[in-house]
Amino acid sequence: MSFFGKIIFMALAALFIQNFVLSRFLGLCPYLGVSKKLDSAIGMGLAVIFVMMLASAICYLIDYYLLVHFNLQYLRTIAFILTIAALVQFVEMVIQKNSPALYKALGVYLPLITTNCAVLGVVLLNTTLTWPNGKSYGFLDATLNGFFSGLGFTFVLLAMAGIRERLEFAELPKSMKGMPIGLILAGCMALSFWGFMGFKL
Amino acid sequence: MNFFKTLTNGIIKENPIFVIVLGMCPTLATSTSVNNAVGMGIAATFVLVCSNIMIAMVKNITPDKIRIAVYIVVIAAFVSIVDMCMAAFVPDLSKSLGIFIPLIVVNCIILGRAEAFASKNTVLSSMADGIGMGLGFTLALTVVSSIREILGNGTWGKGLWGPFYWNGLHVMPSNYNPMLAFILAPGAFLTLGFLMALMNILKNKRS
Repeated sequence: MSFFGKIIFMALAALFIQNFVLSRFLGLCPYLGVSKKLDSAIGMGLAVIFVMMLASAICYLIDYYLLVHFNLQYLRTIAFILTIAALVQFVEMVIQKNSPALYKALGVYLPLITTNCAVLGVVLLNTTLTWPNGKSYGFLDATLNGFFSGLGFTFVLLAMAGIRERLEFAELPKSMKGMPIGLILAGCMALSFWGFMGFKL
Repeated sequence: MNFFKTLTNGIIKENPIFVIVLGMCPTLATSTSVNNAVGMGIAATFVLVCSNIMIAMVKNITPDKIRIAVYIVVIAAFVSIVDMCMAAFVPDLSKSLGIFIPLIVVNCIILGRAEAFASKNTVLSSMADGIGMGLGFTLALTVVSSIREILGNGTWGKGLWGPFYWNGLHVMPSNYNPMLAFILAPGAFLTLGFLMALMNILKNKRS
């Protein structure tokens, strides 16, 4: 597969066919928790894309050059979660120092990302996913996968936030307000995304 | 606090999924069948009890600023133990739960209980809290997965239970046409959404 073919393959898979939220069930807490307003959804989405891409790149290097090299794969869970926690802290400090405006927009969401299972999920998936021809992911593949998975997450998060903002004016039964209607909406979205699963790439 | 009061608190009154609404990802992803759900519940309960005990033990010597990092390391260590044990003893279950076993680390219930309960209470009551919350989590998972498996497959409890294979109870009549959507992603969201609405109705009626 050519390089651009690979990119398109990955983008389609992460955005539609194997969407992180709606078909892999990763990152549901922020998806349901931060989707009440469009502005905060945009902030969260950007922060997640950024951290997922960085985490994929760094964890791939740690996995390949430390864990696999010394035959320590069983330490993956601990090594990855510590890397992500340290990375998030580091990114927060850098942004705070260099760009206070960006920090104001993303600041609140960054600490939440450590316990976002989408980030640990993509890093763990990068170690197990393979191309259709059986080759495992390289450094660039892992980084791109992180980026597109984050994009897929943001895409669904924004769609959800858009729907929920309109829902404010709907007259709902009292017992349906909040979480239940959010989940049912997510179910309808998942149902429509199910249509993409027929794609064979 | 009373040992049994703490224990039963997590099962109904503060059920982690229906009332506190934590740990949605494993709930939705692993409730495809009762078999998977019980496996996930047991794994999470083990980690919850062990990490609660451990954190209650070290709470006095942990500096306040790095406490979250300490909790995560403790939890990650127990998750690795569970991951390896499951891969060794119940390989099929481990394969079908897949990535969600290592993802117990970022399950909000476990970190949430460590922060909200174990870091303030004694070892014994933290253990009771862990057991209660774990049972509450397992119970909620079982309820969600029962609905999904019965509607989506027509059976209850089909699968490998440890070394034994059980064909499951055939709840639906044999000419029942299974609704595949309930085994897949959309059914998970819909089931949990309607269950939560039901809980809200019950709560509103009582108050």
